[in-house]
Amino acid sequence: MSVELTGAEITIRCLQEEGVQCIFGYPGGAVLFIYDELFKQDKVRHILVRHEQAAIHAADGYARSSNKVGVALVTSGPGVTNAVTGIATAYMDSIPMVIISGQVPTSAIGLDAFQEVDTVGITRPCVKHNFLVKDITELALTIKKAFYIASTGRPGPVLVDIPKDISQQKTKFVYPDKISMRSYNPVTKGHSRQIKKAAELILSAKRPMVYAGGGVILSDAAPQLTELTQLLNFPCTNTLMGLGGYPATDKQSLGMLGMHGTYEANMAMQYCDVLIAIGARFDDRVIGNPKHFFNENRKIIHIDIDPSSISKRVKVDVPIVGDVLDVLKELIKLLKAEKEKPDQTALKEWWKQIELWRERDCLKFDRSSKIIKPQMVIEKLFNVTKGDAFITSDVGQHQMWAAQFYKFDKPRRWINSGGLGTMGFGMPAAMGVQLANPKGKVACITGEASIQMCIQELSTCKQYKLPLKIINLNNRYMGMVRQWQEFFHGNRYAESYMNALPDFVKLAESYGHVGMKIEKPEDVEDALKEAFKLKDQLVFMDFITDQTENVFPMVPGGKGLSEMILV
Amino acid sequence: MENEAGALSRVAGLFSARGYNIESLSVAPTEDPTLSRMTLVTIGSDEVVEQVTKQLNKLIEVVKIIDLNDGNHIERELMLVKVRAVGPDREEIKRLAEIFRGSIIDVTDKSYTIELTGTSSKLDAFLEAIERSAVLETVRTGASGIGRGEWILKV
Repeated sequence: MSVELTGAEITIRCLQEEGVQCIFGYPGGAVLFIYDELFKQDKVRHILVRHEQAAIHAADGYARSSNKVGVALVTSGPGVTNAVTGIATAYMDSIPMVIISGQVPTSAIGLDAFQEVDTVGITRPCVKHNFLVKDITELALTIKKAFYIASTGRPGPVLVDIPKDISQQKTKFVYPDKISMRSYNPVTKGHSRQIKKAAELILSAKRPMVYAGGGVILSDAAPQLTELTQLLNFPCTNTLMGLGGYPATDKQSLGMLGMHGTYEANMAMQYCDVLIAIGARFDDRVIGNPKHFFNENRKIIHIDIDPSSISKRVKVDVPIVGDVLDVLKELIKLLKAEKEKPDQTALKEWWKQIELWRERDCLKFDRSSKIIKPQMVIEKLFNVTKGDAFITSDVGQHQMWAAQFYKFDKPRRWINSGGLGTMGFGMPAAMGVQLANPKGKVACITGEASIQMCIQELSTCKQYKLPLKIINLNNRYMGMVRQWQEFFHGNRYAESYMNALPDFVKLAESYGHVGMKIEKPEDVEDALKEAFKLKDQLVFMDFITDQTENVFPMVPGGKGLSEMILV
Repeated sequence: MENEAGALSRVAGLFSARGYNIESLSVAPTEDPTLSRMTLVTIGSDEVVEQVTKQLNKLIEVVKIIDLNDGNHIERELMLVKVRAVGPDREEIKRLAEIFRGSIIDVTDKSYTIELTGTSSKLDAFLEAIERSAVLETVRTGASGIGRGEWILKV
């Protein structure tokens, strides 16, 4: 007869069984028993954040950079509502996470108790699944299910809500080895007939294009994407979420596509005759207006693990539901066995056309400027870190410049909130990245508006000695808002100016970090080098950049991909 | 779907979040008490119905979905309707109920309550056939559907 454990003990034991090494959280009344158990053990490390939103973002950054399930622990009521932004962020980008939340005791549920909210109700639309544990004997199985659901199929956050009395009650602890659910059986292998059809279509292509998204990163299929693209000598573009899936410094890479994608990538998307979409979902920021995108001469192959992503915004010709990794392996095998090859003369012509588009040099900017150009900072950052850093970002212009100018050659190096576009994501996510990669160089590219949305985490960074490098592109504007106001709202900069900014150098110093203010272009490189030499310290670099710089190219909302505004 | 607390709200929430219509929805446990069966009526283009199906399939508690329009099916809805029945109307309403193969299940000296089963359009037709001002109250279950013949939805 095994001993009985409390719900709190079981919760921690489950995390240990799942091999969780690090969780992010913030204590409160409803989770006190769980925190007590955390205190009594040393297998699971707890990182205390300063706000629950940051706990979720940190667990998210941890997951994205390591391909492990990110775990966060928050209390009931405001603990959960603070976490919602983070959960929705992870949900939009399909990040595997388990969030454990405390709840008021079962006897108090529904009575408007102190710090009670309907957690399952509030989070329902932004989780892959959630549970309220009402019976102690189901606790271990529920946590097992949570990890299973979060990490399989199209990944996503799963929340487990544990009432306080459940964490006190006792039962026998059995952690199931395996799990099967009749209502949840995600496919992995693609349909072989569909894959064969895709191979045939690929061989018939005259103007092919590979369009790869975050699904390639999530399924760890970057090597296979690279192999396929190089086997065929096809051009490849990556979405914002897919950067690093194909090496950006390779000549077959056309860079990012979409609203702020390169001219060559967007033009090739529009005019290709066979499009191979891999783990991407044709969203509004990628293809612009779907009516304009429609081209009856273009055939589309779409590989995705989520059937609901297929033919959602764009009708496709060869849908393949399956794990990108499995499908690509199968596809490569088929193509390698094939004696035939795509029409090489046509492919040569196509590349010639692409080179002409490339010559447009759509990412050019004024390199002789006397004011710091934000693009230049990113380029220098790329050079100084030799392209080998983990880069997180917040949301706005700096995010787009980071995506355009930092050439990601490896997956899981670019960590940003692509779907939800959450300002305040960058620094807490970077904390998670640093904890998952203690030896890695981690930089957070941000702006003076975004960074202030989770600035309190400078304190967490101090406590755990996280030597992040914060690259603050400070243009005294909410840059992307200002850009839209300039283009579409008659230069009326409604509330987009950042007034009364703190002295970021002093702010960083007050938290015990190093602060730098860089105002001249000629100082940028040295400052970055110096910052990265300070291996054990967080360095907050406040770059005073050109206020009026805009992100180009730009596909205005409602326009088609080939209707870009160029520099 | 799994007969679990909250499963219904996931379905309803999905429809409102994605802007789909629910015309009617009827749900109850099946002969296997761990399972509930839901019949949901929605209106949309083929593309929309395809998306609805795919999105529903993603819900963890949904075990299996069929589109009854993919084959022959039977659909029935139950309606209880309370009508004012005084004077000569009493006979007329009773006859009408018989024509529609309804049965009067509650009687007072001023009213009848009629139970009527059929397709949703039959129930509509009944309501149109009796004088609108006579209808005091209606309650409908929404359609329940099942495939014809050997077409079986089994888990």
